[in-house]
Amino acid sequence: MYNEKVMDVFQNPKNVGEIENPDGIGTVGNEVCGDIMQITLRIENDVIKDAKFKTFGCAAAIATSSTATEMIKGMTIEEALKVTNKKVIDTLGGLPAQKIHCSVLAEEAIKKAIDDYRSKQAK
Amino acid sequence: MEKHIYFDHAATTPLSEEAFNKMKPYFTEIYGNANSQHAFGREAVKGVDEARDTIAKIINCRPNELYFTSGGTESDNWAFRGAARAMQRKGKHLIISPIEHAAMIMTAHALEKEGFEISYMKVDEYGFVDLEHLKSIIRPDTTFIGCMMANNEVGTIEPIKEIAKIAHEHGAICFTDAVQAAGVLKIDVKDLGVDLMSMSSHKIYGPKGVGALYIRTGLSIESIITGGHQERMKRGGTTNVAGVVGFAEAFKIADRDMDKNFEYVSSLRDHFIDRVLAEVPYVKLNGPRKEGRLPANADFSFKYIEGESILFSLDLAGIAVSSGSACSSGSLEPSHVLLALGLPEGLAHGSIRFSFGKHNTLEEVDYAVEVLKAAVERLRSMSPLFKPEGEIKNV
Repeated sequence: MYNEKVMDVFQNPKNVGEIENPDGIGTVGNEVCGDIMQITLRIENDVIKDAKFKTFGCAAAIATSSTATEMIKGMTIEEALKVTNKKVIDTLGGLPAQKIHCSVLAEEAIKKAIDDYRSKQAK
Repeated sequence: MEKHIYFDHAATTPLSEEAFNKMKPYFTEIYGNANSQHAFGREAVKGVDEARDTIAKIINCRPNELYFTSGGTESDNWAFRGAARAMQRKGKHLIISPIEHAAMIMTAHALEKEGFEISYMKVDEYGFVDLEHLKSIIRPDTTFIGCMMANNEVGTIEPIKEIAKIAHEHGAICFTDAVQAAGVLKIDVKDLGVDLMSMSSHKIYGPKGVGALYIRTGLSIESIITGGHQERMKRGGTTNVAGVVGFAEAFKIADRDMDKNFEYVSSLRDHFIDRVLAEVPYVKLNGPRKEGRLPANADFSFKYIEGESILFSLDLAGIAVSSGSACSSGSLEPSHVLLALGLPEGLAHGSIRFSFGKHNTLEEVDYAVEVLKAAVERLRSMSPLFKPEGEIKNV
């Protein structure tokens, strides 16, 4: 079902946790559907300096959370907004078809966290 | 050393050595078609007849009341569709429990499309059928009442004798799916009073792909697999002779060792349940505590985390279990059984079923508790829902 890379990331995920007083926070999903992902960002001059996640979900949700946060660290927010679920899946070497929807959560959580950052900036 | 610990016996069991040895000649030497009239066929049919006699004796029916099938799913399909269609002139209202196996639930949906009306009896928080509610939903046009003898997910053992009595008092027939119960609990179909009963081989250390349906003498149901003259013209298809022989041998051994296995396997289960409830916080045991529960079954919901991630955490440590989460089933819905018991979605997604077997050891159970504790703690540390301040232990 899952490839070795996915299982490895699930077992040893990076960026687990929560940034205190984050510059941006995005939470997506709900308990009914069985997946909730929270991404917190530290952003300086529109560059993502740090990203952390907390995820309630399956192995695929945890692996994509780790991979997506790892990918966006060091990116500008414009670059981070271009990180699609497909890129996350490719980095993981693929996911089973029924797990694709889990990877969409990471993309959505990043977008939401960046939106949150922008709305705070606008104030 | 790499561990291989199997705690998924409700999914399937390993084929026993005895059953395997009994089957072997039927693959290569006694290969005749049991439907053939020549010596090769007669030799094969001898094996099938002996198997039928063996199982009939165990469940206290006549051999000609037993029909071999491809397994539990086919038996359920045949009983439900076949009985509903055969009695449709009398009525088109059918009642089943909401915690039936998918073989019944999906068949209910299919029968609805054929114009039948399905009602579901209520179950309580432990999964026991509410008999008063059942009585209240029976109608003059109710023809079929079906309930599993024991639930595959939470292990609840249902009051089938009472359900059969209620069905007959109201002119309906009673079906039970005994796939999880046959070979584990003592079954006497005459004493229970059921009209139809499904059984499967691979849950009791027999081969996969074979099962049986008991059809009480005098009850006529429609066939769903039409074909040759096999199974007294009720179920077409060349008889799986080796499978049937292995099934009967496995059933015979299960019946012979029933008390011993029950005692041993339930002692593993009780030890496991006691330790998990004592040592893992924020956990709920699904199903009955000890009484009225299958000896092999322990099903828990772990609050704040999702079942599939627990399943794979255990899998990485060499422990095989199953989960009622949506992610494990491949659907978007968590287990219909846990929802019927009244669990909120979050808890249903976080469920794990452990089902023990006669070859498991106390050492394996203790190892699993340790792995489970670490896995649950790790996953909770990653969960945005885990904010345990002020919460009560064990929901």
